[in-house]
Parts: sequence; C-alpha cells; structure tokens
Amino acid sequence: MDTIYLDNNATTMTAPEVLQEMLPYFSELYGNPSSMHSFGGQVAEKIREARAKVAKLIGASPDEILFTSCGTESDSTAVMAALNAHPEKKHIVTTKVEHPAIKSLVEHLGTKGYRTTFVPVDAKGDLDLEFLFDSLDDDTAIVSIMWANNETGTIFPIEEIAAQVKKRGIVFHTDAVQAVGKIPLDMANSSVDMLSISGHKLHGPKGVGALYIRKGTKFSPMLIGGHQEKGRRAGTENTASIIGLGKAAELAAKNMAKENLQVAALRDRLEKGLLEKIPNARINGNPDSRLPNTTNISFEYVEGEAILLMMNELGICASSGSACTSGSLEPSHVLRAMGVPFTCAHGSIRFSLSIYNTQEEIDFVIEKLPPVIQRLRDMSPFWADRPQ
Amino acid sequence: MWEYTGKVKDHFLNPRNVGVVENADGIGEVGSLACGDALKLSFKLGSDNKIEDVKFQTFGCASAIASSSVLTEMLKGMTLEEAEKVSNEDIAEALGGLPREKMHCSVMGRDALEKAISNFRGQEAKKADGQIVCDCFGVTDKEIHRVVKEHNLSSIEEVTNYVKAGGGCQKCHADIQEILDSYKGDVKPKPAPLTNIRKIQLIQETLEREVRPTLKQDGGDIELVDVDGDKVLVRLQGRCSSCQASQATLKGHVEAKLRELVVDTLVVEEV
Repeated sequence: MDTIYLDNNATTMTAPEVLQEMLPYFSELYGNPSSMHSFGGQVAEKIREARAKVAKLIGASPDEILFTSCGTESDSTAVMAALNAHPEKKHIVTTKVEHPAIKSLVEHLGTKGYRTTFVPVDAKGDLDLEFLFDSLDDDTAIVSIMWANNETGTIFPIEEIAAQVKKRGIVFHTDAVQAVGKIPLDMANSSVDMLSISGHKLHGPKGVGALYIRKGTKFSPMLIGGHQEKGRRAGTENTASIIGLGKAAELAAKNMAKENLQVAALRDRLEKGLLEKIPNARINGNPDSRLPNTTNISFEYVEGEAILLMMNELGICASSGSACTSGSLEPSHVLRAMGVPFTCAHGSIRFSLSIYNTQEEIDFVIEKLPPVIQRLRDMSPFWADRPQ
Repeated sequence: MWEYTGKVKDHFLNPRNVGVVENADGIGEVGSLACGDALKLSFKLGSDNKIEDVKFQTFGCASAIASSSVLTEMLKGMTLEEAEKVSNEDIAEALGGLPREKMHCSVMGRDALEKAISNFRGQEAKKADGQIVCDCFGVTDKEIHRVVKEHNLSSIEEVTNYVKAGGGCQKCHADIQEILDSYKGDVKPKPAPLTNIRKIQLIQETLEREVRPTLKQDGGDIELVDVDGDKVLVRLQGRCSSCQASQATLKGHVEAKLRELVVDTLVVEEV
C-alpha cells in the first residue's frame, strides 16, 4: 500500500474525467475566449457550459456565477463588494470558527475602522444563533458564515440564518467551499446573496474558484481592467481550470447522493474502528449535523504533529488541529472556540475522506494507528498518571 | 511540513532512553498539557559521580521528542558540573539544527535538566517568579528577560521561538515588545568590519573547531573551497556528500555556526 490520502478537506485529487476534459485546453484549443474568431469562440462556448454546470450544482442561474482564482478570492470579493456597496455601514459579522480566508480578512478590516463581531460556538461546534441575531444592527454591512466547518465538518443552518439576516436588509455571504459537492444546495430557494466555491475541494483543479452572486446584489469588482466575466472580474480566463471546475461540478451533481452514502459509510467505519481500539479518544463536532466525509478525533495525552509524522511513515496522510503543524503555538482556533480541553485539543486529527478511498485503506488505518497512539502515550508523562 | 534533519527524524522515530529511571537521583519536570509540550527527565549517578542512567518522558511534537532523546544521549557519562553546561543550543546542534520555530523544544530540554540537577542537590527549583506576561503559555516577565538577555533576542518572533510567549492569542505582544525595548540600549555594538584575511581565518578556525568534529561523528566532513564576499563555498565529503539532509546540515548547522561566530551575513553554498 502506498499513500492513503485522508486529507480531502485540504485538497482533493483531480478526477480523471476532469483532467481529460481540461487537457485539450492546455494544447490545441488555446484560443482566447474573448476573441472574435471561432478559434476563441469554441473556448468561450466551453466556459459557458462550465458556468451552467456550476450553476446547476447549486441551483443557481448561469449568469449568477462569477469565476475567480480560488475560494479565498471569492470570499474577499464577496466581503469587499458588500462593504463597497454600503460605504456608510461599518459592521461585519462572522464566526469564531471561520477559515482564515474570512477570519484573517475580517480581523484585518477590524484594524481599518470596521467594527467586527465573531459569533461563538458551543461544545459541539454549533453557532450561538441568539448571539448572532442580537449582534445585527442598522450598521451591519455583511454577515459571512461558512456553510460547513473545514476542521470538524459541522454544518451550520445557513438557510435559516440567511433568511433572518435578509429580513434585516443585510447582505449574507457564505463560504461554502467545504459544502459544495458534498451536500445539496439550492440557491433558487435560498436567501443567500453570495456563496464561495473552490475547485480543488470537489475534485476539480487548484487555482480556480467561483462566486455565486444573487441577481440584484450590489457588486463592485476587485480586479478592474478588461470586460471579462461581464466586467465583474478583469483578466483572461483560466480556461482549462474553469472547464475542469465545470466537469467537477457536473460529476458532483450526478454522483453526490450515491457517493455520500459510500463515503459516510467509510468514515463511520473508520471512526468506529478507531474509537473501539483506542481508549481516551473522542469525536469533535456535531455528529448529527456534519459533512459525510469528515471526522475530527482527539487522542488524549499525545500531540498531533507527532501522530501525523508517525502516520506519515506508514503512508497515511491526514491533518492536525495541533499547534505545531500550523506555525502558531495555540491549538486549532476552531477547537479552542468549542472549548475542547487542552488534553484533547493538542492531539486532534482530522480525517477527511473522498470517493477514492477504499475499505481496505480504512482497515489499514484502523489496524496501524492504535499502536502509534499507544507508542506515543507510552512516551508521554501524562498517560500513566491520567485520571481513571 | 516542518523541515527536520535526519537526526531529528531518527531520534523522533527511534527515541533513545524512554521511561523513568528507577530510584532516580534527580527528576526534573517542565511544561504542561496546556502548553502542548512537557518533559520529565530523570537520572541516576554512578559510583564515579557521573550520570550512569538517564531517561525521559515527553508529551510533544517530533522536535520535542527528538530534543529529549538526544539530550539523554549527551548526558550519559557526564558529571553534573559538565551537564550543567549543556545549553539548548548544544541540544539543537546535536540534532543538526532545529527549525527556528522549534527552538523552544531544546529550551525545554535544558530547563528539565536544570530542574533535575536542582532536585538532586536538594535545592528548590528556581521558581518561575515574576509577573505572568503570556497567559496562554504562563510565561513570566523574568523568563522573557532571561532569554532576551541570554540569546540577545531582538524580536517578538524570536521570543516566541524560545519560550513560546506570544505564540497564542498575541495579546501580550505589546508587553513583550516593552521588554525587548528595555534591552535596546544593551544590544551589543556591531564589531568593526573584518578584513578579508581575518574573515577567512575565522571561517577556517570555526569550521575546524565547531563544524568538522560534529560532521565527523556522522562519518562526514567538509572542505572550505573559497570565500567570495559573504559567500562561503564548501564541499561536503564522506557520508555528508550523499546525505539527503545535507542542505539542512549546510544551512541549519554550518551556516548558523559561521553566522554566529564570524559574520551574521555569511551564506554557505555547496559546490
């Protein structure tokens, strides 16, 4: 067995069908989609198809889809567009558990004269909705809340939140990069104004994203120049990647229901196997409202980086909410916001699966990980003295 | 992913001397679960008053485990007077260098050793007195003063690398900066620029005295080829020439030593 990749919330394998769809646009079909000639026109046609496929995946209309370079650009574009559209409003609301694409941006804006509110979560990672709604006022320009958390997989009640926010006449954005392609989304019957998508999170290529912008939403571009994307984002299109994202969206729409069952079954098998074999382990997040591919498990009294590196020796790739792997020294801001105790937070591992994982791989992890944890625990000064 | 030397990986994957020495003469414990790393070091002296047995238990990342492991190897056979002189830089150096963000792992080793020796002597371990500056990691102003002074630190990032202070919520950054500012007047004046001949002499001396013995321990060696301004051109030999971690050795060990002891702008390149 070579590499067992269980880090799909970080990035996914580009689906072979996606790669095939992209390849001609790196070679013989290199026309500029903005050109007047048919050589470029055929590329423009493929981009139109891709736009329609992305729109279909989230129940939107094609002209509500803006292609960007990544999820982060989509997030920044959405927030800045809302702020520019309402220059008199200086309040931004988000959560304590956002991805840095939003968290760092809002923190930065907090130093530039904006008032910021970070909504807390409870022990399961669920949002304090009362706090959220109480924080809204006439000065609030935008509420930006992720659809599903990248570390725990916890899904937030975005439809309910968006409806309440819209009633107050406030722009609502959601960073949905972990949700798109994993759970059904239907913008036609939603109050969401803007929604961010990232290509490489759903078996598309890296370097491409999309932003859903509901018709009628006030918008100002970040990149000004040419007339691409109806003047909403200048710059020659990343054609091959956009076409790849389209194909990935098409595959996700077609296979989501079936694949979700398969991936969730593997995830549950992994979770059950590890919890049965490893004492003092616990799941982080809300198991009743969670992405089908994600589990975040804490192994008490051991540190995440050490687990990851030992797993790496076995060819198992996962991710850690531990401080040491992130360059910061504090454990994951998500787990800390949930009040996960330090005994657990430092030793948390995120396993995120995809349709390309097999039962054989999962069984390998269930067999190989318990001795790794035990080995590290035997080395830990806290293990022998743990409270019984 | 952190870039670890082969030695760090080896000591992490194959840690030496794990456990607690029975009937230990001295035990030192530092760190906590909240901090994310902790170390318990215990030793026993032989009849010749040299450290006969030494073991560790570590909760922490790869470099914390490797630092503890290599420290136990270094200590065996030392008198306590010799052991007292082991610095965190010695620990990092024995590992072929640590990423600068991980220097606190080597500091933890040194602190545990200090506590274990105090424990043996029946002395009360030095209390972490002073005012807590960093609430996240419980670091006091005195500890920050100590590392700033001992290591001539000049930035918050460096303080964090050494004692973790400021690595969490960052609310204490202003206080750490204040401590750093209080040392500004004490920063050692820059020495007069070296002549080329003196610089080359110092480079040669440093390679001979500080670098080659370490490399030779691993079956490797290094040859000085040329010095061109700040560029030090070297050739790795023996096992070092085929070692996958040779770049880490060059930058983390050779360059770091030359910068520390000759001129802090030197750049080491392999030819």
